[in-house]
Amino acid sequence: MNFPSNLLYTKEHEWISVDGGKARIGVTDYAQSQLGDIVFVEVPEAGRRLKKQETFGVVESVKTVSDIYSPVGGEVLSVNAGLEAAPELVNQSPYEKGWMIEIRIGDQGELAGLLSAEAYRKYVEEEAGQ
Amino acid sequence: MKKTPLFETHQALNAKIIDFGGWGMPVQYSSVLEEHRAVRNAAGLFDVSHMGEIEVKGRDALALLQSLATNDVSKIPDSGAQYTVMCYPNGGTVDDLLIYRHSQDHYLLCVNASNIEKDFQWILENNKTPAEVTDLSPQTAQLAIQGPRSEFVMQKLTETDLSSIRYYHFQRGKIHGIESIIARTGYTGEDGFEIFLPAGKAADLWREISEAGKEEGLLPVGLGARDTLRLEMGYPLYGHELDQDHGPLCAGLGWIVKMDKESNFSGNFIGRDALLRQKEQGPGERLIGFEIPGRGIPRAEYPILKNGEVIGKVTSGSFSPSLNKGIGMGYVRTEYAAPGGELEIGIRSNTAPCVVVKTPFCKSKVKK
Repeated sequence: MNFPSNLLYTKEHEWISVDGGKARIGVTDYAQSQLGDIVFVEVPEAGRRLKKQETFGVVESVKTVSDIYSPVGGEVLSVNAGLEAAPELVNQSPYEKGWMIEIRIGDQGELAGLLSAEAYRKYVEEEAGQ
Repeated sequence: MKKTPLFETHQALNAKIIDFGGWGMPVQYSSVLEEHRAVRNAAGLFDVSHMGEIEVKGRDALALLQSLATNDVSKIPDSGAQYTVMCYPNGGTVDDLLIYRHSQDHYLLCVNASNIEKDFQWILENNKTPAEVTDLSPQTAQLAIQGPRSEFVMQKLTETDLSSIRYYHFQRGKIHGIESIIARTGYTGEDGFEIFLPAGKAADLWREISEAGKEEGLLPVGLGARDTLRLEMGYPLYGHELDQDHGPLCAGLGWIVKMDKESNFSGNFIGRDALLRQKEQGPGERLIGFEIPGRGIPRAEYPILKNGEVIGKVTSGSFSPSLNKGIGMGYVRTEYAAPGGELEIGIRSNTAPCVVVKTPFCKSKVKK
């Protein structure tokens, strides 16, 4: 299981990659492995304003439907249009080609509550161990 | 959680285990899509030992089954099988099942896992004859091998001539030395077999079949693909398309309801009067199949709408690996059930247009 150390994570299994005032968001390697074959991804339109913890999209595998939550608040700048035709990119490349949205971060302070790669790895190991 | 005799086998294969009606069952081993395609293109091996087996024996066995089943049990030949339902007096469904006939005095009923106890009690309560009814489920395992390469793979393991077993027929024979019932039945729309064997031999046979199928591309298949495979065929699943409120007529199973069956008991069976009334009046709702041509995947419980008005509910829905789009079944008011009709599925806060289609969604390839 891969958890890049340059990303921040949530207990709902999203990752966020911060680049100055902007950030990319997707779901983690662990999330995609738990979901199985992803066959549908729904993301919002650019321009939508999200609050921290707000549901911004849905990812569906053959058998399951899961909400995706925004790790921090902000405005959606762009979405990964490639996922409409190729949702399996989330399985194949969760941190790169499978990214979901790019946002302008509303409040940098909200990043403080997110998990480091190491903390997230521990959280996942505990969850998987149950 | 109840476990089948293959539980450790599934764990060793790293299957993802879920609770399915109280049973710890593999939902997938590698990938639902891969497993689905293996069955459509090559072969797949399923543990269906959670299913129930109830034996009915004795001079009155046929009379008892005729009083419970909607289908005409007297039409099953020796070594033949038949699909039927048992109904409540109100016409709702107790369960759908297969009846295998050894002889006029000896039958095996294969029932749904979640209904074993209920069915067994139902049969006992309504048995007014000396026929012997025994629940063989605990000591019986069941494997299904399904897909176009099934016969080739299984023939490596048995001297029984499998090509001589026709669809919905079975033979008793040895597979890898294990006394089994080998039935040409299934729940996928592909050619294949369902094999009943002693629980203690299941892990042994599983290993042998896996080995024999390796070169053919056989994969172990979990409940995830089992569900997408049966849905593509429009086969009902108890608890979804059939339940105590939904009997065989509204589910489109009129072909297994025989109002006037030959019987050495009496012409009546439980639920007949209610079904006869339904048949005369026409059911108020009907089961449909539908496809979503655009984006969106239907799921059980989603509303079905016509011009924004709710007219029914999805009973089963999924992404179809063969058709590469969302498909489903559901009950709608009868006036909206005609194929070609354009309806909508309520998906979260949106609606997706859908088209009513005839089932099966994909062409069945069973050996008729």
